[in-house]
Order: sequence, then C-alpha cells, then structure tokens
Amino acid sequence: MNDTPQPERQQDERLVSRCQAGDIQAFGVLVEKYKQRAYFTALGLTGSHDEALDISQEAFVRAYRVIAGFQAERSGFFTWYYQILRNLCFNFLRDRAKRARPFSEVEASENSLQNIADESSNPAVIAERNELKDAVWRAINSLKDDDREIILLRDFQDLSYKEIAAMLDCPLGTVMSRLFNARWQLREKLEGYLG
Amino acid sequence: MMLPAAEKEKFQQLLMAAIDGELSAEEKPQFERYVREYPECHAEWQKYLKLKEVTQTMQFTKPAPEVWDRYWVSIYNRLERGIGWIVFSIGCVILLTYGGFKMIEAVVTDSKLEAIVKIGIIALIGGLLIVLVSVIREKIFTARTDKYQKEVQR
Repeated sequence: MNDTPQPERQQDERLVSRCQAGDIQAFGVLVEKYKQRAYFTALGLTGSHDEALDISQEAFVRAYRVIAGFQAERSGFFTWYYQILRNLCFNFLRDRAKRARPFSEVEASENSLQNIADESSNPAVIAERNELKDAVWRAINSLKDDDREIILLRDFQDLSYKEIAAMLDCPLGTVMSRLFNARWQLREKLEGYLG
Repeated sequence: MMLPAAEKEKFQQLLMAAIDGELSAEEKPQFERYVREYPECHAEWQKYLKLKEVTQTMQFTKPAPEVWDRYWVSIYNRLERGIGWIVFSIGCVILLTYGGFKMIEAVVTDSKLEAIVKIGIIALIGGLLIVLVSVIREKIFTARTDKYQKEVQR
C-alpha cells in the first residue's frame, strides 16, 4: 500500500538502499526524519516518557538490524518501522500488566489490560490539561490496546485513513469500523462528561 | 423512522469519515441523507462531534529539546555496542575452539596420563562443545521463527 507522498517516498527509498549497503549515516537521516513521530506514537501507547524514548529507540535499532530484508517498494519506511514499534509497545504493555498482577490472575484475564492502574493513565503527558482532558486521557488509557491505538493514530497523530490502513495493513472500511467501535467505547466511558 | 439494521454499519463508517473530514464527494450526499431522514443518525452525529471536539485539541507534552539532540547518538551507541558484542563473541568462539583443540591434542599425546583420565577430559570438552552448539542452534532457530521477525519483513 502506498501511503507516503511520492517525492518523500523516493527519498526514503534512496536512504533505505544506502542503509542496505551498510551506510549507517543514511539511517541517521531516517531517524532524524521520523524520531518525533516514533516517540509520540510510543508515548501514546505506553503513556510514559522514559519508556516511549527507550522503546522508540530500540525499535530503530531493530529496524536497522533487519533493514536488509525490507522491501521499500512494497511499503513506506515508517509504515514498516511502525510494525516493529507497535510490537515492542504491546509486548511492553503485556509484560507490565503481568508484573502488576498476582500470577493467578494473569491467565484469567490475558486480554484485559485495560483495568490495570499504572503510570500510563497519568494525564501528565497531555499538554494544556483540564478536568475534561484528564478524564478523556484516562478513558483512552482504559480502552483495549487495539481501540486505543486507532484513536491515537487518528486523533493524536492526525494520520489519514489511508495512512492508518497502510500502517495496520487493513482495508479502509476496517479502519472506519474500528474507529467507530473505539470511539463508541470511549463515548460510553465519558457519558457523564460529554452529556 | 428507524435506520434499517442493514444500513447501520455503512452509516457508522460514513459517520467516522464525516467527523474526520474524510468523506468523498460521492459519500457526502449519502451521509447527509442519513442525517436528514433519521433523527437517531442526527443525534449520533452530534454526540461524536462533541467527542471529536475534545480529542482534536489534545496534544502530548513535548519533551525537552535535549532529548531530540541525544536521540540519534543513543541509537548509534546501541548499534555500535551490538556490533561490538558480535565481534567479541566471534573472538571468544575462535579462541575457545583453538584452546579446546590444543588441549585435546595435548591430552591425547601425553603418554604419562592414564587412559581413564584422557577419556574423562575428552568427554568433558566434548560435552561442553555439544552444549555450546545446541545453544547456538537454538538461538538461530528462535531468530528464524520469531513472530516479530516475520511481521517486520512485509
């Protein structure tokens, strides 16, 4: 799926080719270009500045190690990198959820990470805070990972449906349906605030 | 008038596209018809607009500028350390193999050592080698079958 504007994509493809030839400085250019997007994506998913920094950097390290196998003509660099980043973020969230619960509870609620009270629900990561925004952030963090992810991509990263579809490797209709379900959950949780 | 159940999913998709400004020229009249003809659709639209109004004004706190300055350096250091560990590991394997070979050679050619001691030493080194090969094979196998590895090679 082609999600990045053509000239930008061609520039990325050239940089990727140089990386594949062993030019680490070319990878540095890609990192400089996408570091903020990577960090804020990880921040949205983990809710922690330190973890977002560490995970987004680790994802770049892993991307460089496997960049030889990346086919730039099939997807944009960030779209590909995002797969690594989201796996690391979700693994981190799963590990954190397991650590936060007694062992006996882990298997019983494997997929219900949303109830774990942790630093990710701390609204301090939100700029220009007020009561409503704090409540919205807490509500977003109480959503299931997949629901939270799609809201973050659309409302915080401001990505188009086409870009989201490319990053999540799904059709546009699925993006819209997933967004509806996620926002429906969010609205339910914020019923008292939004009226 | 109630929205037919068969059209619910279509309306939900169009509703999302409408509040995100992603409606195409063909979809716009279709969405407007839903909102005009079905009061429940109009009410839904208003509720989601309110939610969107809040979420679109939310932004993450920006980290200190120094964080960005150190970002690439930190990645570069990690990559460099990774290469360092690989080179170090290769060096260890070469030296251990050479040392092991020389040790076996010395044991076999030493006429003063009793046969049982020679067998014991060779078994010890052989066992260590088998464990080492097994661990390396496991690592390589794990890397090949790692779910994460598959997902990134799209």
